[in-house]
Amino acid sequence: MSTLLLDNARLVCPATGRDAPGRLLVQDGRIAGLDGSGAPEGATVLDCGGHVLAPGLIDLRATLGEPGHEHRETIESAAEAAAAGGITTLCALPDSEPALDDPAPLQFILRRGEMTGTLTILPYGAATRGCAGKEMTEFGLLREAGAVAFTDGTRAIADARTMRLALSYARAFGTFIVQHPEEPSLARNASATEGEMATRMGLPSVPAAAEAMMVARDIALARLTKGHVHFAHVSTSAALDLIRAAKAEGLRVTCDTAPPYFDLNETAIGDFRTYAKLSPPLRREEDRLSVIAALRDGTIDAIASDHQPRDADDKRVPFAQAEAGGAGLATLLGVTVARYHGGDLTLMRALELLTSAPARLLGLEAGRLAPGAPADLVLFAPDRGWKVEAGKLPGKAQNSPFDGRALEGKVLGTWKAGRRVFG
Amino acid sequence: MPLYPHRHLLALQGLEPPYIAELLDLAESYALLNRGGKTQRDVLRGLTLINLFFEDSTRTRTSFELAGKRLGADVINMSVSTSSVNKGETLLDTASTLNAMKTDLLVIRHAQSGAPALLSQKVDAAVINAGDGTHEHPTQALLDALTIRRRKGTLENLTVAICGDVLHSRVARSNIHLLLAMNCRVRVVGPPTLLPSEVEALGVEVFHDMRAGIKDADVVMMLRLQKERMAGGLVPSAREFFRFYGLDGAKLKLAKPDAIVMHPGPMNRGVEIDSAVADDPARSVIGEQVEMGVAVRMAVLDILSQNSRRNAR
Repeated sequence: MSTLLLDNARLVCPATGRDAPGRLLVQDGRIAGLDGSGAPEGATVLDCGGHVLAPGLIDLRATLGEPGHEHRETIESAAEAAAAGGITTLCALPDSEPALDDPAPLQFILRRGEMTGTLTILPYGAATRGCAGKEMTEFGLLREAGAVAFTDGTRAIADARTMRLALSYARAFGTFIVQHPEEPSLARNASATEGEMATRMGLPSVPAAAEAMMVARDIALARLTKGHVHFAHVSTSAALDLIRAAKAEGLRVTCDTAPPYFDLNETAIGDFRTYAKLSPPLRREEDRLSVIAALRDGTIDAIASDHQPRDADDKRVPFAQAEAGGAGLATLLGVTVARYHGGDLTLMRALELLTSAPARLLGLEAGRLAPGAPADLVLFAPDRGWKVEAGKLPGKAQNSPFDGRALEGKVLGTWKAGRRVFG
Repeated sequence: MPLYPHRHLLALQGLEPPYIAELLDLAESYALLNRGGKTQRDVLRGLTLINLFFEDSTRTRTSFELAGKRLGADVINMSVSTSSVNKGETLLDTASTLNAMKTDLLVIRHAQSGAPALLSQKVDAAVINAGDGTHEHPTQALLDALTIRRRKGTLENLTVAICGDVLHSRVARSNIHLLLAMNCRVRVVGPPTLLPSEVEALGVEVFHDMRAGIKDADVVMMLRLQKERMAGGLVPSAREFFRFYGLDGAKLKLAKPDAIVMHPGPMNRGVEIDSAVADDPARSVIGEQVEMGVAVRMAVLDILSQNSRRNAR
């Protein structure tokens, strides 16, 4: 029986509201007690130096690169980056090659996740075959195989009838549909948000309204079907207003955002910086401020890394030709904690968005510091500074939109089921 | 010693008026020399200029070629068909090849906005943007400015109407930046489908009615309308476009009596401009624009090569 006592920690658990100095005992991969009373003799004791000990992060949305794009990232390299970022559970998008539209590839991902020993990977099932947006997949069989929910990943489910059917059918299996909210015909070939910046740079662009249009449609479909729709990486004020109203109406509507949308605005693409080319594209400052307000008032349920690994050949090309997407695993915590340092969020709320809120959404037992819960933990120094440097990040993907950003909030250690996997 | 402080000429956005004036003054002196028949000089002797064109443009390429040769450079033209360059690695592969060849001056035309900026980070040569996507075409705007200055005696405080497909026009963007820097009043004129979003934020006035847009203008600058814009549904037909946005004698009467008419070429006669206007020697300066193009490019090559030599020392 392995026993670990994490001593002299600041225990912060958004699920229980605890924020107090204390000790945490880990036995056999689970949390055995808080405050350390009854630590058995022979337990390994680790002094946490008064730093924050919190539940390991649960990342709602990441692309792994495997299968199909192992040159960008593999499950092993993603797990390395995740551990360095304090992430212990990660939901993988299904638009791989092949897509996760059949139980076999889905189970492959689950097994590969277990093999890392450092990360629980919860794969999404493809909402439609091949993530092509036409025929619904076998939600029941995929759910049995381990699908955490259903989405077409980085592609919007554009066909309204297909979305309606998916939202209805998912109810039977107690699951939900994750939508990439962007009206695709308006977004065709776009690489920036429409407006002065795109006009100056001469870039093909998509109006910000393309997001709200899809959100409005899907809210109407959620109302019609009583299904649960979850909007990924929401980035505009208009979409957030619609989601806020839908929640007030009592509809089953949730959403997340990703760090670029509350830390950066469209000026980050100046000088044709392809690392800042994302999908959806970076927005205006007013939208960034609306995202922060929505993080604070609860309109946004969670923060996901939206990790999209890209290699040099994907990014070292003219801007419009570059692949959209940014690496986000290692910077998820630091960029979120920057909002705490900026006075926009309490540390408790910042961590809630990364731990207990996604756990609640997915129905996981992780994401809390409570006896019996899995000992998935992160120890970090909220005030310790570091600088994001593309080329020196853990994992394979180095395409960070935060390259050069100075952050406060450094991960010192990560534990998965009681085993130290980082630090 | 030149004032122009940059290693490359990638864009006119943000370029200060003294540097614009310096380029134009030097270009003016080259224009005079060219007219005087003393075209051959040796300021670029021993230097290699490569024209790297990923998009066809006989006019611009020839203009750079002539400019380089008149200054004594060894000029090489490289045409790369767009179809063979679907992936950008080729652009950077090309950059390393050019570095290995010790190129001094590199003129690039590319269908993607920002491609010259990307290349400039990877090559030792001075890079001149000869048109990138829908971003900028700096030497075209400089030659337009020189033409205007010669005809009007000044560049300042003029009213310039830029008409037609502003959305896809790199020429329009560079001209807007340059003309605003020189305190001109700039109007953009076109149907809403052919004007970029929030173009007024650049500092221009927006007109959808061409008659109002060119009223009392000193300069009417027409833009080329690509045929595929009609196929893409941005305008319903050529005849409708010509009726409402094509420049003909009747519309031109609304501009100032001495207003000049410009076009970057090649023209679609009967689509954006009427032949009678295009060929009217009293109004059209289209031929002079081509002539000034060589002089402007000579000036740019001269100044950038001086900067390179100074940096190399």
